[in-house]
Amino acid sequence: MSSSDLAVSIRGVGKAYTIRHDHIASTTLAEAIVRRVRNPFARAAREEFWALRGVSFDIRRGEVLGLIGGNGAGKSTLLKILSRITEMTEGEVDLYGRVGSLLEVGTGFNQELTGRENVFLNGAILGMRRAEIRQQFDAIVAFSGVDRFLDTPVKHYSSGMYVRLAFAVAAHLRSEILIVDEVLAVGDQDFQRKCLGKMRDVADGGRTVILVSHNMTAISSLCSSAVVLRSGRLAYAGDVGGAVKQYLTREATEMVGDLGSRRDRSGSGEVRAVSLAVRTAGGDLTRAVAPGEPFEIVVSYHARAALKDVAISIDIDLPDGTRLATLHSDFHGERFQMAAGSGAFSCAIAGLPLRPDTYVLNIALGGPHALYDFVERAMSFEMAPADVYGTGRLPQRNQGPLLADYRWRLTEPATILS
Amino acid sequence: MAVEPLRTLRPTTGWVALDLRELAQFQDLLVEFARRDVKLRYRQTLLGVAWVLLQPLVAAGVLTFAFGVVAGLKPQGTSSFLFTYAGLLVWNVFSSTLNKASMSMVGNTYLVSKVYFPRLILPLSGTLAILLDFGISLTVLLVGLAGLGIWPGWPLLLLPIWILLVLCLALGAGLIAAALTVQYRDIQHILPILIPFLLYASPVAYEVAHIPARFQSAFYLINPLAALVEGFRWSTLARPMPPLPMVAWSATFAVIVFLCGAAVFRRTERKFADVI
Repeated sequence: MSSSDLAVSIRGVGKAYTIRHDHIASTTLAEAIVRRVRNPFARAAREEFWALRGVSFDIRRGEVLGLIGGNGAGKSTLLKILSRITEMTEGEVDLYGRVGSLLEVGTGFNQELTGRENVFLNGAILGMRRAEIRQQFDAIVAFSGVDRFLDTPVKHYSSGMYVRLAFAVAAHLRSEILIVDEVLAVGDQDFQRKCLGKMRDVADGGRTVILVSHNMTAISSLCSSAVVLRSGRLAYAGDVGGAVKQYLTREATEMVGDLGSRRDRSGSGEVRAVSLAVRTAGGDLTRAVAPGEPFEIVVSYHARAALKDVAISIDIDLPDGTRLATLHSDFHGERFQMAAGSGAFSCAIAGLPLRPDTYVLNIALGGPHALYDFVERAMSFEMAPADVYGTGRLPQRNQGPLLADYRWRLTEPATILS
Repeated sequence: MAVEPLRTLRPTTGWVALDLRELAQFQDLLVEFARRDVKLRYRQTLLGVAWVLLQPLVAAGVLTFAFGVVAGLKPQGTSSFLFTYAGLLVWNVFSSTLNKASMSMVGNTYLVSKVYFPRLILPLSGTLAILLDFGISLTVLLVGLAGLGIWPGWPLLLLPIWILLVLCLALGAGLIAAALTVQYRDIQHILPILIPFLLYASPVAYEVAHIPARFQSAFYLINPLAALVEGFRWSTLARPMPPLPMVAWSATFAVIVFLCGAAVFRRTERKFADVI
């Protein structure tokens, strides 16, 4: 490709964070000084953690590039480097145009200011000149649909209005390269469709979009190419179909049970989920259960200390991230007292009326005041094919995941009217 | 055809220059932040902008009572109140700028970690809002002087110089504090102790002439703000000019502090988003 087609060229980019060890880290100035005085030549024990390393790829002008990866794969780090919020540790990036980044909708919106004032403030924060904003002001207001409330402080806005106005400002950024993170997941259906349309317009206008999302449907329908990151390295770069497939299948094989080595987790870590397994009613480990068949999910954990009132929750998601169910112990009013050390939870499920497909589990452990551990895409499991309706026919993927227990019959008109 | 990239990002090391060109590109943001500050400060207050006038007047009244009436430290040839009020205007520029600048990173964490702009924009915009307040209070002072028939003459032309030097001093110290606060929050607790102490250590409510003559030079040397406060009064109240060598010392010191502050800030700037 000739360099005149290029929008972004990323070459060998890496970012290292230094993790200082607990007993060494100083959070107050006094500690830091005392340590220096006592031990002038000692170097703090540091561990380098590469959030991103050796990543190279090019983005062409007018392309909508999807950036895919699990939590901790390095997506956010790459976005922050491209938008200059943080600096890379090694490598080089050429930007052939102004970069506008949208890592969050409504950055810098101020509750006390009116809608009108916030448009100007937010526009300036995103890098627009005042003249540019004034020129586009009417278009921004029309897109947001909040024209009647322009002179009301945004603290009185509904969350929907707030988000619409914020996105409207961002959507009118005139930068040649636009970086968008997860903002599609906002607003109602109508507004989401409007946002998607706007993104397509942006790309059709010859500008370049880098889109990060967990939503594979959005990625597939919007992007012209995609890049998959895994543990800070480039795992795939090419067409969208291949990328999504790569992401989903690799993700699934990685998810077999063992969570001990997963770094892409959040929470304070007092207790950690160590492994996850699915067991049949008979107690055998399995990767697939039939619709409606009872089974059990077993969560092994390791607790650093004894903990009181621990709640546990498992989410069941479609691979694209759509939430189907949350199995939270709180819904049953159950909290657990836990001794230090290793142990296991078990969740008995009477049966799931889901069509044969792959489903994804997230696991969360929390206490009264803190989230202890949260692993997204902790494991995947299969609903095995089963002839639920006795006809050999089942709904397709686009007909919804739920296998409802239903029956049709013809009735007399009179029955309805009476 | 080979096209030059608009910008190449690379890891930077060591000291970096002030990128004035880029700051200029973001001048609208500078103004927008200042506008936000000014608008927010007096929204939902009964008296609104009147507070800008009242605050220094009331503070000057209190200090005049404490120093002029109770302690009997009356300045020679000028009304105690006018003298203290003029001193306070300079002091307010200094203390507000230092305060604002030192909190500019930690107080805007959500911006620093979410969007890029030259980080210097934040402390600079704070200064802009402070200068607006100063302008209003200064107008009051000048109107008062005209009413009393006090005319400082040509030294009035040097008035912007004093304020510029005070800003250099305050911003320089504030930028160092801001950079340190990102890593060590202690600074947030040190400044509220240090700033009132500095007020009494500066000739705001008393004049340097009240200090025994043999300590005066030392006083000027230790507190570079002293000559600037006295200089401002020379330019407005037609009072005697502070000794020239001391003015030169204060000016040099202020410029050096500013340059150091800017350099430290720029050097640590690139780590703000990771540490904050």
